[in-house]
Amino acid sequence: MITEVAGLIDEARAFAAMEIRPYAATFDEEQQISAGLIRKMADKGYLGASFPAMYNGLALDAVSYGLLTEQIGKACASTRSLLTVHTSLVGEAILRFGTESQRMNWLPEMAAGNKIGAFALTEPGAGSDARSIVTAYRRHKDKYVINGRKKWISFAAIADFFLVIARNGTDISAFIVDAKSPGVSVVPMKGLLANRAAHLAEIEFCEVEVPEENRLGKEGFGFTYIVNTALDHGRYSIAWAGLALAQEALEAMNAYSIQRKQFGRKIFLHAPVQAIIAEATTGVHAARSLCLRAGSMRQTKHKDALMETIIAKCFTAKLAMKVTTDAVQVHGGNGCSKEYPVERLFREAKILEIIEGTTQIHQEAIAEFSVRQYGMR
Amino acid sequence: MEVREKIRHFITANFIISNEEADVSFEDHENIFSLGFVNSMFAMKLLNYIESEFGFRVDNDDININNFKSVDNMVLLVNKMRGALT
Repeated sequence: MITEVAGLIDEARAFAAMEIRPYAATFDEEQQISAGLIRKMADKGYLGASFPAMYNGLALDAVSYGLLTEQIGKACASTRSLLTVHTSLVGEAILRFGTESQRMNWLPEMAAGNKIGAFALTEPGAGSDARSIVTAYRRHKDKYVINGRKKWISFAAIADFFLVIARNGTDISAFIVDAKSPGVSVVPMKGLLANRAAHLAEIEFCEVEVPEENRLGKEGFGFTYIVNTALDHGRYSIAWAGLALAQEALEAMNAYSIQRKQFGRKIFLHAPVQAIIAEATTGVHAARSLCLRAGSMRQTKHKDALMETIIAKCFTAKLAMKVTTDAVQVHGGNGCSKEYPVERLFREAKILEIIEGTTQIHQEAIAEFSVRQYGMR
Repeated sequence: MEVREKIRHFITANFIISNEEADVSFEDHENIFSLGFVNSMFAMKLLNYIESEFGFRVDNDDININNFKSVDNMVLLVNKMRGALT
């Protein structure tokens, strides 16, 4: 890693230790990360970390961006999800498919934290089967008009704009919609298992007019290219998020195991606890290798980078669930209390097996890839 | 391998497995998306493949399913992009 990037990652680690980790439990309890933290992250450049410098980004390559995601994600999953949604899903889609005018209009403002974006794809009746969305658009003179409802949209409660995926018959298209447009109503979602501080909301669109210049990409290509590109970047972010949760849980259980005594001995000295720690450590190292491999393949635009990203996401999400579960186990009763961070990590891990494609959907894709890669003798 | 052969190879290597697969064959002018042997991520994979294999970035104006629906059209796109680079 070049010195400059290594310094940035060290700085992110220090930033997370100072500005995020001490407040993560409070964010979770209050069900919101603070506006002040978002401002500080923007000032550090994190909200445009992967954007080119010409759009006020830090121009981090895929591996460096992953390492940054890990540092933020270790400290607080909800805070990390701002990077996943705002920077990876929305920012990267605009970067890839936006006109130069759209890129210049949105990306510098996003990097500066002046405009927060949310990705509005999922609906009450369309989750894994994202192609079955029913939110509709129609053309009206030089505008589009959108009607429909989106659900589970991270950061929708505070977003300045949404990247909305809607259909007109068989055509699916993407639109940049100002959150203050007449006809937009946002209802925050509370009482969730995890990702509680990520400002999730439902969004209703009632005759919302969108100027033609806010259509992203060609009409009818919203799913094939824009959704798939956005989700690919989202999955890469979640791969690192899974590693982050597993690493954080491992560190917590290790620290606890050499401090807590039972039967007159530190619990670390009990062989079953050592087995748990050994297995978690091996898993974390394997997850890191997969994330780095996916990152480096993305940087070289390898033809299998998309699949390798899915493999990394699928693995780290499952690993995060396993390691956080084990971390709770090592903590015993204390692990079931919010006084210990592993309780929150355990809840957060479950989300990663669902968002940006469930593990089961991804296993289908991996199996198809595998039989082609390793089954044709 | 020629451009045409490379593209054909990539497409067949990404067909999903099905009961009828033994009968799968397609002509260079046929619409591969209408054959039913590709999944929802295939179009993205194809775009990434064309860009990485042939070393150029497809302009937004050319990210059009028509340019990717058949081997013939993809060969035309690659030749067009190569021409634009020289």
